[in-house]
Amino acid sequence: MEPGAGDGVTLRSVADDRLSVLLRSARDGDDAAFAELVAATHAETWTLAMRLLGNAEDAADVVQETYIRAYRSLAGFRGDARFTTWLHRITANCAASHRGWRVRHRYDELRPDTTLVDARRDHDPQACLDDDALRAELLAALDRLPTRLRAVVVLRDVYDLPHEAIATELGISVPAAKVRLHRGRRRLRESLAGLGATAHEVSAALDAGLDATERGVA
Amino acid sequence: MTAARRQGLRCEEVADELMAVAAGDPIIDLRAQAHVRGCPRCQDELIQYRTLLRSLRRLRTDVLEPAPGLLAEVLAAIGAAGERHAVDSLVTGRRLAYAGGIAAAGAGVAVGVALLAGRSRRHRRGAPVRSAKLAAILPSNRA
Repeated sequence: MEPGAGDGVTLRSVADDRLSVLLRSARDGDDAAFAELVAATHAETWTLAMRLLGNAEDAADVVQETYIRAYRSLAGFRGDARFTTWLHRITANCAASHRGWRVRHRYDELRPDTTLVDARRDHDPQACLDDDALRAELLAALDRLPTRLRAVVVLRDVYDLPHEAIATELGISVPAAKVRLHRGRRRLRESLAGLGATAHEVSAALDAGLDATERGVA
Repeated sequence: MTAARRQGLRCEEVADELMAVAAGDPIIDLRAQAHVRGCPRCQDELIQYRTLLRSLRRLRTDVLEPAPGLLAEVLAAIGAAGERHAVDSLVTGRRLAYAGGIAAAGAGVAVGVALLAGRSRRHRRGAPVRSAKLAAILPSNRA
């Protein structure tokens, strides 16, 4: 395993353990522990709200509403999902019911020069340059997607929420969520010029994808 | 004629499969597999989807800097919500206690009324009410 990846896993485990301890205390009525949970997770919640709504004012409202709902329903959190995943679902639900969901007034916050508090990247400088260029293109393309398509792509392909959870939180059917995902991915692919592949990548992807196919049908 | 055309599928017919296989699903349709193996255009599209999905996943590690003062605002809002919740609980609890008190008082009044009514009936008849057993044991007042 690469040292960076191992460190990432360890740090994430430590962070998850810390959140679990705080969560237990908060569920027992310790408000200070809940405040610590908010402090530890609010930047991530803010990031998701910004990805979904695209402007600071709406995102701030959604973050606030998310934590109020989380506070009120903390006793109902069974712990069968990660706390952050639970927060992501609440954030998606709050965003979908926010007045800004249907109003398109996006500013510059999703631009590539937005300040990043933490961005764990590959260590290969050339790969970083390529990634940065593609990332800039991708963020601009996401910015151009209609809200309803962008939300499904962000929740599924960035935050890895299951189709069922996305459908529930956005108040749509699972087939509708899948259709939106399909359309959103297609639009992104069509609008990104930087997705061109090298011959080596083609060969590797074919080997991986079609080998999986052959295992699947064997 | 290319190999892809010989398989009898057009690129549009395997487009959905490409997105699925890029997301990690296998291509089930053997004809679609054969088409992709022989079609540079579909291979290119497959790679584009893989790159797109990989790039989207990398956004997961981005953490944007929150608006200034956001944490303080959120904590204040939770505090206010918590206070409201506590007040609501208190009011609800008092309402319950009040309702319980009224119910208990009502029941007490009902019992009292029933006892008084029974006593007044006994007075009207001029004789104590006794069970049949007691009546048999105790000597009759009339004797």
